[in-house]
Amino acid sequence: MVTAIRRRFGTVALHTLLIVGGLLMMFPFVWMLLTAFKSEGQMIQDPLAWLPDPWRTDNFPDAFDAMPFGRAYWNSFYIAVITVVVTLLTASMAAYAFTRIEFPFSRSLFVVFLLTQMVPTQVTLVPLYVMLSKLGWIDTHLALILPAIANPFAVFMMRQFIRAVPIELEEAARLDGANRWTIFTRIVLPNIKPGMAALGIIVFLSSWNSFIYPLIFLNSEDKFTVPMLLASFKGQHGGLDYGMLLAASTISVVPMLIAFVIGQRKIISSMAASGMGGR
Amino acid sequence: MTTSTLSRTTDARRPATETPERRRSLRGRRRRERWWAALFLGPQLLVLLAFTLGPLGFAVVLAFMKWDGLGEKSWVGFDNFQTQLSDPTFRDAVLNTLTLGLITVPVGLALALLIAMALNNVRGKTIYRVIYFLPVVTSSVAVAVIWQMLLASGDLGMLNNTVHDWFGITLPDWLNDPDWVMVAIAAVTIWSSLGLNVVIFLAGLQSIPAHLTEVARIDGAGPVRVFRHVTLPLLSPTIFFSFVVAVISSFQAFDQIYVLVDPDHNEGARTIVYQVYDLGFKKFEFGASSAAALLLTLMTIVVTVAQFGMQKRFVHYES
Repeated sequence: MVTAIRRRFGTVALHTLLIVGGLLMMFPFVWMLLTAFKSEGQMIQDPLAWLPDPWRTDNFPDAFDAMPFGRAYWNSFYIAVITVVVTLLTASMAAYAFTRIEFPFSRSLFVVFLLTQMVPTQVTLVPLYVMLSKLGWIDTHLALILPAIANPFAVFMMRQFIRAVPIELEEAARLDGANRWTIFTRIVLPNIKPGMAALGIIVFLSSWNSFIYPLIFLNSEDKFTVPMLLASFKGQHGGLDYGMLLAASTISVVPMLIAFVIGQRKIISSMAASGMGGR
Repeated sequence: MTTSTLSRTTDARRPATETPERRRSLRGRRRRERWWAALFLGPQLLVLLAFTLGPLGFAVVLAFMKWDGLGEKSWVGFDNFQTQLSDPTFRDAVLNTLTLGLITVPVGLALALLIAMALNNVRGKTIYRVIYFLPVVTSSVAVAVIWQMLLASGDLGMLNNTVHDWFGITLPDWLNDPDWVMVAIAAVTIWSSLGLNVVIFLAGLQSIPAHLTEVARIDGAGPVRVFRHVTLPLLSPTIFFSFVVAVISSFQAFDQIYVLVDPDHNEGARTIVYQVYDLGFKKFEFGASSAAALLLTLMTIVVTVAQFGMQKRFVHYES
């Protein structure tokens, strides 16, 4: 009886902790949504009011008119998709070579890959800028896609998954005369689909939210990605019109949040896996 | 690795059939294998050389030069490093960066562990996990835009005005006061990365076999002792991994700061990466910027190596 009461009390305490924490996590989003409907007049007169009065829905079309958000969405989307597809393919190919093919210096080369992961991306900013401008790729999306494809972490993560594919499957296919490429595409890739989905999500999110590359490599507004456009929107319209700024902010995050809630199970487990070194 | 053992056993099984033709075909196969390796490794190796290792080498060279990107390059030896190390701006940037790490890493990880432990013992994990994870999938720019409003000073500042109205306490001007800005940035950083560490720790906790904690409990260990002697050691590899990642990412803080405050107006917000950006892309001192970036790399390597050195004492790996 006593333990039952104590357990009930413990559960209540845990839920209280989690709910208070949860409210703190949600609050900034709720505040953003509410402010997005406030008028400039209300922001000046009563900036701390909880509810918009009147509800001004025009902030959204105004934000769309002020900056090309539709365009930015398309840019972010297709850049992320290309980055994901090419990274998944090249990283799993490299991982396959490291796991299943014997070649000289295989181990040392793998160590080089791992060490490269430790280089902070910021070190390569200036050299990349110089290189990309020599190639005439500044203010193009290639400048965002190509550096992002070089991804030793992806190789490492795919290697963990390829190692788990039973070697007997490959041996059987080899006896049937299949070459390496056939084995890779017909046997290995179908068997590491869950790993590829997880890595795909991680790469997509990091491409979508990347900021420093677009900040440095892009100049024209119509080439901007969503976060870059929001930052530039803030610079240009950030003054007192918080309603419109937060409408822009809402436009930039809500579709992503909806996608997250729909795919939350897979997305969360993928990110957790990345945090545990791809296990 | 498995292929090597496999081919070795086949070789050992038939030493008698080792004929010249066979040896030749073996050599041919090995050569073919090398071609396959080159084919499979090629694309990723190529982009890695072109976009990471090549630029890294170039950065090392640039660090010993004076160059604005347009005019003549000239060798200056260790000048850039010396200038940075004796520049109070750079030193402040290092101190600010370390301050950020000293707040975000322990507080962020401890909070994440607390919440993960709470989540591990309640129903309705899914909904809580989703809520705590929302900021992780939100771009740092949007996070900074929202928080800038909440933390603002004057009439618009939601947090400061509310606290003043309710409790009569006047809070510091978070974003403009150089002494407090890192605390504000740390809070925003913790808020936005908490969910990721929570789900990582939760995954770690759920992989601890239930019978281990049960046995300890039956032996009469209270919750604190179970945590201290069973849960914590078993979770230590996960915590260690998050610790390393958290330190590295605190060293690389830039995005949220760039939008939240302008370090040119508030020197308290200048981090090393901001210094790298400022020197490279505002002042066009490519050499100095590369030198600062290399010093950051050095700092990262030293701290990471030190962490791995400590690992033996604090991290428990199951044999």
